[in-house]
Parts: sequence; structure tokens; C-alpha cells
Amino acid sequence: MIAKMRKHEFWSGVRDEAPILLGVVPFGLLFGTLAISSHLSSLAAQAMSSIIFAGSAQLIAAQLVGTGASGLVILMVVFVINLRHALYSASVAPHIRHLGTGWKLLLSYLLTDEAYAVTITHYNREGDSPERHWYFLGAGFTLWSAWQASTAVGIFIGAQIPASWPLSFVLPLTFIALVVPALQDRAGVAASVVAGLIGLLAVNFPYKTGLLAAALIGIVTGLLIEGRQK
Amino acid sequence: MNIWITIIIAGLLTFATRLSFIFLLDRIKVPDWFRRGLRFVPVAVLSAIILPDLTSPNGTLFLSWRNPQLLAGIVAILVAWRTRNVLLTILAGMAALVVFQVVLGM
Repeated sequence: MIAKMRKHEFWSGVRDEAPILLGVVPFGLLFGTLAISSHLSSLAAQAMSSIIFAGSAQLIAAQLVGTGASGLVILMVVFVINLRHALYSASVAPHIRHLGTGWKLLLSYLLTDEAYAVTITHYNREGDSPERHWYFLGAGFTLWSAWQASTAVGIFIGAQIPASWPLSFVLPLTFIALVVPALQDRAGVAASVVAGLIGLLAVNFPYKTGLLAAALIGIVTGLLIEGRQK
Repeated sequence: MNIWITIIIAGLLTFATRLSFIFLLDRIKVPDWFRRGLRFVPVAVLSAIILPDLTSPNGTLFLSWRNPQLLAGIVAILVAWRTRNVLLTILAGMAALVVFQVVLGM
């Protein structure tokens, strides 16, 4: 019975994560190709995908390696770009607090933008089923496998998808499909609109600091509107 | 710094950021507003990712009816709102993008 439930949760996660891969795979190919042209070894490029496992941070880190930036600069840039993951961590934490340390470590490792977006939407829509961590694992593992494989193809074969194919547009489209149905009250809409507008204006802030500021101000806006309604 | 040391520390930093609240939320007492704010995290972060992708497809702000990404994004928002279906939203958005790119000649 439990085994059946786990299997169901896992495969639901795999299935729900699958469409977003259409946008992730070209990104992985691009990273693999770019890492090699920045004079990283194939092994180091693949290690970045499995050890850091964070697309935008890897892309910028590889470019920085190519320009001869110091290790310390690269570390600071990677840290700042990935700060938004602390928000994801806080957001999923209540849903997985019942788990043991091993599960928490594993799911933390798999907590990327794409796995987070799919998993938290599922949790908010369907409520917390007892085996819900298997859904997270299914979504996270699917993304992880695609990222490792597409990096490897990018390293050894190069990006074969023509740059004119707008596949990367699948990423914002998937996020639209996840966010729009979740906008159900005035506070949520306000958080979304404010975060979007600030993100739009702050698009040229370096290292995703505009994204981080936009998200934080959006969250505070949601809280303020919610507080006023009470 | 050796490239391998850089990669390993960068990985540890990223992992620590992702683990931060998953580890801490059990161990520290957080104020009530913090807990209430969590429900806004997905809509706020994802909106802050989506909108710049539509309005600045090439990195600079392009607020115009000649911006195919922006038009296709609006189509996708309408489809997501009416159908609540992920695959349909992606298909409609991609189809709209291709059509607008051809029509607008970009």
C-alpha cells in the first residue's frame, strides 16, 4: 500500500517535471559547450553540473573562469546568484519538516528553480499527502538527470540545437502555467504584480540581485495587503 | 585558487543555501509574519522571473507591441487562466511566439 503510494507520488513528480525539460535541455547543452570554450576540462565542466547544480550560476562561473577571474570572485558571484534558493528552502521547509536528515539533505541538493516551482505548486494545490517527499524526489531527480545528460552532450558533441529555436521560452511559459492558477486572492495578486514589475525594472542589476529584491518586496507587499484585509 | 577547490566550495555554498531553512526551521523560532510570508514566495519569485523574460528577451527592456515574447506571454497568461493546464499553456505560448515572430518578421 505504502509502496504503491510512493511510486504514485514519484511518477507524478516525474510527469509534472517533464514538460519543463524542453527548456532546460538547451540550457544544459549551452552550458556544456560554453564551459569547453572557456577552457574548462570536460571533467571539470561535468563536475560543475553535478556539484554546483545551478544553471545560471554555472554559466556565469564558466564565463568568469574564461576571463581569468579569481576563485574568490567566482565564489562570491555563485553565492549571490544562488541566494534566492534560501527563499525556496524556507518555502518548502514546512512541507518536509517531518523527514529525517538523509531526506532533507537529498531534497536540499535537488532544490533548483524548476524542481521547486513544480513541487511547491503541487503541494499548494493538492495538500500534503503523507508520501509527498517522493513527488519532490521524482521532480528533482528528473531535472537532475536531464541537466547531467544535456551537460555531457554539450561537452562532447556541442550545442546542436540552432540558436534561432526559441526553446528557452518554455521556461517562462511553464512558470506562467504554474503561477496564474495560484493567484486566488488580492494579496497574492499584489505580491505577483509588484514582484514582476520590480523584476522588470531591475533586470540589469548584476547577479540576479534584482530578482531577489523583487521577490522580497513582492512578499512584503503580499503580507501588507493581507494584514489590511483582516 | 585551484579550479577544483573553487567548484567544490561553490557547490557547498549552493547546497548550504538550499539547506538553510529546511535545516533551521525546526530549530529556531521564527516570527509569525515570517511563516505567513512563505505562501507568497512562489508567486513572487516566479513572477519576478517571468516578467523580465517577457519584457527583456535580449537583456534590455523592450516594452512594445512589436515584442513577440511579450505578446506570446500574454497569450500564455490567458490560456493558463482559462485552462489551468501546463501543457496547453506551453503549446499555446510557443505557437504564439512562432506566429508573432513570423508576422513581425523577427
